Amino acid sequence: MRRTASKPLRAPEPITRATIAAHGLSEDEYARAVAALGREPTLTELGIFSVMWSEHCSYKSSRVWLAKFPTSGPQVVQGPGENAGAVDIGGGLVAVFKMESHNHPSFIEPYQGAATGVGGIMRDVFTMGARPVAMLNSLRFGAPCHALTRHLVSGVVAGIGGYGNCVGIPTVGGETGFDACYNGNILVNAMCVGVARADQLFFSAASGIGNPVVYVGSRTGRDGIHGATMASAEFDDASQEKRPTVQVGDPFTEKLLLEACLELMAGDAIIAIQDMGAAGLTSSSVEMAAKGGVGIELDLDLVPQRETGMTAYEMMLSESQERMLMVLRPGREDAARAIFARWGVDFAVIGSITDTGRIVVRHQGRVEADIPLGPLADEAPVYRRPHVAPVPSHALDTARLPELTDPAAALLRMMASHHLSSRRWIWEQYDHTIMADTVARPGGDAALVRVHGTRRALALACDVTPRYVAADPRTGGAQAVAECWRNLTATGAKPLAITDCLNFGNPERPEIMGQLAAAIEGMAEACAALDFPVVSGNVSLYNETAGHAVRPTPTVGGVGLVEDVDRTATIALKQAGDTLVLIGGDGGHLGRSVYLEIVHGRDEGSPPALDLAAERAAGDLVRRLIGTAAINAAHDVSDGGLLVAVAEMALAGGIGASIRPAGVGRLDAELFGEDQARYIVATGDGKVAELLLAAREAGVPVRLLGSAGGSELTVEGFAPISLVSLREAHESWLPRLMDGAPGA
Amino acid sequence: MKAALIVFPGSNCDRDARDALTHACGEPPHVVWHTETDIPDPVDLIVIPGGFTHGDYLRPGAMAARAPVMRALIARAHAGTPVLGICNGFQILTECGLLPGALMRNASLRFVAHDVHLRVERADTVFTRRYRAGALIRLPVAHMDGNYFADDETLARLEGEGRVAFRYAAGSDCTPGPINPNGSARDIAGIYDEHLKVLGLMPHPERACERLTGGTDGRHLFDSLVDSLA
Repeated sequence: MRRTASKPLRAPEPITRATIAAHGLSEDEYARAVAALGREPTLTELGIFSVMWSEHCSYKSSRVWLAKFPTSGPQVVQGPGENAGAVDIGGGLVAVFKMESHNHPSFIEPYQGAATGVGGIMRDVFTMGARPVAMLNSLRFGAPCHALTRHLVSGVVAGIGGYGNCVGIPTVGGETGFDACYNGNILVNAMCVGVARADQLFFSAASGIGNPVVYVGSRTGRDGIHGATMASAEFDDASQEKRPTVQVGDPFTEKLLLEACLELMAGDAIIAIQDMGAAGLTSSSVEMAAKGGVGIELDLDLVPQRETGMTAYEMMLSESQERMLMVLRPGREDAARAIFARWGVDFAVIGSITDTGRIVVRHQGRVEADIPLGPLADEAPVYRRPHVAPVPSHALDTARLPELTDPAAALLRMMASHHLSSRRWIWEQYDHTIMADTVARPGGDAALVRVHGTRRALALACDVTPRYVAADPRTGGAQAVAECWRNLTATGAKPLAITDCLNFGNPERPEIMGQLAAAIEGMAEACAALDFPVVSGNVSLYNETAGHAVRPTPTVGGVGLVEDVDRTATIALKQAGDTLVLIGGDGGHLGRSVYLEIVHGRDEGSPPALDLAAERAAGDLVRRLIGTAAINAAHDVSDGGLLVAVAEMALAGGIGASIRPAGVGRLDAELFGEDQARYIVATGDGKVAELLLAAREAGVPVRLLGSAGGSELTVEGFAPISLVSLREAHESWLPRLMDGAPGA
Repeated sequence: MKAALIVFPGSNCDRDARDALTHACGEPPHVVWHTETDIPDPVDLIVIPGGFTHGDYLRPGAMAARAPVMRALIARAHAGTPVLGICNGFQILTECGLLPGALMRNASLRFVAHDVHLRVERADTVFTRRYRAGALIRLPVAHMDGNYFADDETLARLEGEGRVAFRYAAGSDCTPGPINPNGSARDIAGIYDEHLKVLGLMPHPERACERLTGGTDGRHLFDSLVDSLA
């Protein structure tokens, strides 16, 4: 082991077993740190090892499995490994995007936890040189009746809105689910999408011996110390006491930092740049230097501080928000400083790049840390944790299910349920029209955001169905990818790539590891089959409280491209008289369906099977039909099945519909089965024959379903239901819950 | 028509306003940073865009209203140059005293972002001559503090002098939710100064200039200004 401190390290503080355990390091890991140093670490060094080897920063439990994801394709400009991924969207532009979790902070302090999650993912995107153009989020809360749910929904939604609205990035889509498994551990996943010029992307690898290391943004305080470690442990009853580890967001500073960074990026002063996210100054400096194969020296006396008397340990581990670390070309400091001064943002040269391959941290004339970078980064621990393969649930036995006699009543209950009710109460707290490029607003299959100044648009959606993943992680993982692909396709977009956020329980439990492994395999299979690679992502493990893990929830965030923004589709029925066509075959699968749970109170069975070839064929057909303007509306069939999809189209367009069941199998299974690879489209009379022919040529099952018109929804042979009562049921559930109405 | 667009730290609708002005005027506006003490002369119109100036810390618009550029802006307004304040711009105009009253936190205590219907109260001002008096138009709102408040005497004067520019009104579609999104007194969405030359409004006309992204009802406001001032 080398030992090359330029000044002798002071005598190490006594590191006790309790100190090691408090830092979340195992004894083996501690021994590994000692071996890397050739001596006992100082407390600051122990802190640095602790955060760099935390699950959150090192991906030590998931890394071997993440390698299974397909990550390349002609559209991929930047795959995983940078602050965010990037895909080609034509015209010399790229879409830069990533999703990240802020689960534990949001449970402890919902407003600030969610707000800082939004801020962090925005920085990941503009660090790459992209201007953020859209935000999405995927939220999971506990049972609606749980004592904390209203408090958490209200705080998380206000926090997401409070941050994104202030910075001025539209929040255009997402999804929200409720289930008792999240009672003690909600999920808050935020996705940011930006646009950059392909030839002006910025990366994090430092270079140039002697080049200045520059700190910009908010001053460093004592907030958020050990956030990354907290994110890497289970919750228990004492977790509320971890409130001081939650950071406080300042979206105003984020806006100034965003504008100052983009202004500086228009020139060539920046060699490398990295957001100070989890583990703040430590992870940003270590990752930049390690990626560049250089060393780095920091003088903490030069770090802008908002509190007095901070120690090196506190500064290195602080997770104060709205900060960036950059390496500049020599001699550019003054010009860069002037830009940040104009925006009122702190700017300080705090160190330099070295050739030592080590991170050296000085404070008040003393060396507080001197660590070789390899063991902190590339050579960090990687675990192939024991896992047991999950046993998929048995298929549902429908023989014991009573026959459906009143489709309208069942539909009404489902549309007013926590699964399917309108999320308007949530997305009306998010500014979704700022930047004046939002073509399709929240509430449809996917949001559409025009690429500013062009005819192109990005289609954006987030998806996962945790009840499927819990029942069969492999199928459920694949389904999340397929549903996202389908949602993008239903707008007319060509799906390009995904980011993901893998929310699971404690990976030290073999059954949890088994879920993670199987879900990743399923996702990877779907990504490969649909040419829908993973370009960025995040893993959030230890999502459990008092031994109860959340359902495995691998959230998928997808980006698609529309070449001509006038050739898109939305779910809204456009005109009475249009013919409704079912693409992809009749349904019949009730296992794990919303119908089964809401109408019969049973959460059983296997999830619907996936046929990825059929998925692709149906989707390619729908996209082609939208591109040739053959259809007037399109919607995928997912949660709730066929009748729910028709109801959503009718409500969105304010036009009724009438459908005729095929009547082959059980009626409930046909109307509410959640079979995959299906869409409903509406088309004018003159185009029906063309559509049927196109489907036949593509080998995709197709059936005339009914027609649009009137102010009721009718299943032939049964009593109709008025759109007015359907809308009332659909729109009132969430506002009533949040107003505290009894029985909501 | 030549416009000046005032930009503060935390303005975030400045690009949207610049695009709308550029489209209507045929040339981009002068962009004036808040620390300037002068506004280019001559300009036909001064616009304060939406946003969260200074983070809305203290009180929305309170700090921006005391920026160096505001002295010049107030002098121009007094000299008769039309001023348009949108959303946070409206808040700044009440904070600096060019418009009466105040914009309080929304009655729901939540941020509101959705389309609203507005009644155009009069169509004979430089801002509204492309509209029909009494017409219903549809624009998005997106704000936390849009609850217009003034004492009864002020409200009576505003009504009596015809200085209510736009009022929240019932629309034709069936979108749920209250007609008045924020609890504003007398459903007021925008008001004029006594010379009908300063307009502040909470809804965002600059986001409603294209069919594709939310309709064109906002474009007529900018076209009215071009008709009146060019």
